[in-house]
Amino acid sequence: MTTPSLTALFFRFCLFSLMAVGGATALIPEMHRQVVDLHGWMGNADFAALFAIAQAAPGPNVIFVSLIGWKLAGIPGALVCTLGMCLPAAGLAFAVGRIWDRFQHSPWRRAIEQGLAPLTVGLVLGSGCLLVKATSPHWQLGLAAAASTVLSFCSGRNPLWWLAGAALLGGFGLLA
Amino acid sequence: MTPSGALQSLSTPTQSELLLGFFRIGLSGFGGVMPHARLLLVDDRRWLTDQQFTELLGLGQVLPGPNVLNMAVVLGARWHGRRGSLLAGLGLMAAPLVIVLGLASLYGRFAHSDRLAQVLAGVAAAAAGLVLATGGRLATKMERDAGSMGVLLATFLAVFWLRLPLLSILAVLGPVSIGLAWFSLRRERLGEQEGRPS
Repeated sequence: MTTPSLTALFFRFCLFSLMAVGGATALIPEMHRQVVDLHGWMGNADFAALFAIAQAAPGPNVIFVSLIGWKLAGIPGALVCTLGMCLPAAGLAFAVGRIWDRFQHSPWRRAIEQGLAPLTVGLVLGSGCLLVKATSPHWQLGLAAAASTVLSFCSGRNPLWWLAGAALLGGFGLLA
Repeated sequence: MTPSGALQSLSTPTQSELLLGFFRIGLSGFGGVMPHARLLLVDDRRWLTDQQFTELLGLGQVLPGPNVLNMAVVLGARWHGRRGSLLAGLGLMAAPLVIVLGLASLYGRFAHSDRLAQVLAGVAAAAAGLVLATGGRLATKMERDAGSMGVLLATFLAVFWLRLPLLSILAVLGPVSIGLAWFSLRRERLGEQEGRPS
C-alpha cells in the first residue's frame, strides 16, 4: 500500500470540496470509491469505524474527512484533508454570499435551489445504502441499521440515543 | 416578519462574540449541527431572524461543501468581512477537529481490542441508518414531480449501484436537473399569469 503525498491529498480533497453538493454526506460514496475500492488505502472495517467515530463526536459531519486524512497520513494528513475540504468551498461561499441576495427574485436562483434538491437527496440516500452495505457484513448489524433508520425517521429524539443503544448492544457482543 | 414577533431587536456580534458563538455551535453539535446553530443564532443571541436563518440554510445547501461551514463563512463575511469569515470558520472547526483527532488516536491505540471493534461496528451500522433517515426526511421536503423523482432515482442508481465517479454524475445530472426545475418553474409562472391553478 502506497499512501499519497500530502500535496496530492490536499488537491484531491480540494476537488472533493467543490463536488460536495448538499454537504459532506453526499461525498461519502466518492470517498469510499477512491479510498477503499480504487486505491485500497483502507478496508471496509476501518472506513466504517472512522465513520462511527465521526458520527459519535460533536461537530459538523465534515470531520469524517479529517479522520480519513488521519488514517492515511496521521495528524498532518488530517489537517491537509480538512483544509482541502474546507478552503475552496469557503472561498466560494464568501464570494457568492455577497451577491446572493441580489438574485433573490431571479428565476435562475430558484431553479438552482430546486434543481439541486433531488441530486442531494439521491446522493444522501445512495450514501446511506452504501454505508449500510459497508458497515453491516451480517444480519445482526443490518437489523441495527434498519432499526436506527426507522427510529430516527419516525421520532424526533436526539439520534445520539440510537448510536448509544447500538454501542451497548455491540459491547455486549449481541451484534457480532 | 416572523410570526414569533419579538425579533425586532437584532444585534450584530463583535468579532470575539462571533468566534465564541461558532465555537459553541461546533461543540454542541451532537447528532446534527443545524438545530443547535438555529437555537444559538436565532433564539439565544438574536443575531438573525428565523426567516434569515432559513434563507441562509438554503444558500448553505446550494453551495458545495460543508453546509454549516458555508453558513459560518457567509455570516462572518456579512458582519466582519474576510476576517469575520475566518473567525467564524475557525471557531466552528477547531474544537471538533481536536476532539475527533483525540478519539482517533485512542482508536489507533486500542484498535486491536475485539470489544472496541464490536462497539464501533454497532455504532457504524446505526450511524449508517441515520444517514438513510436523513435522506428520507430530505425526500419528504423536496418538490416531488416526475422530473425530480427521475433525477433522484438516476442519481441514486449511479452512485450506489453503478458506482460512477461523482464528477461525471454531477456533470450530467446537474445541468439536466436545474434545466428541468427551470422549465417547471416557468410553467408555474405562466400558469399563474393566466389565472389557472398551477
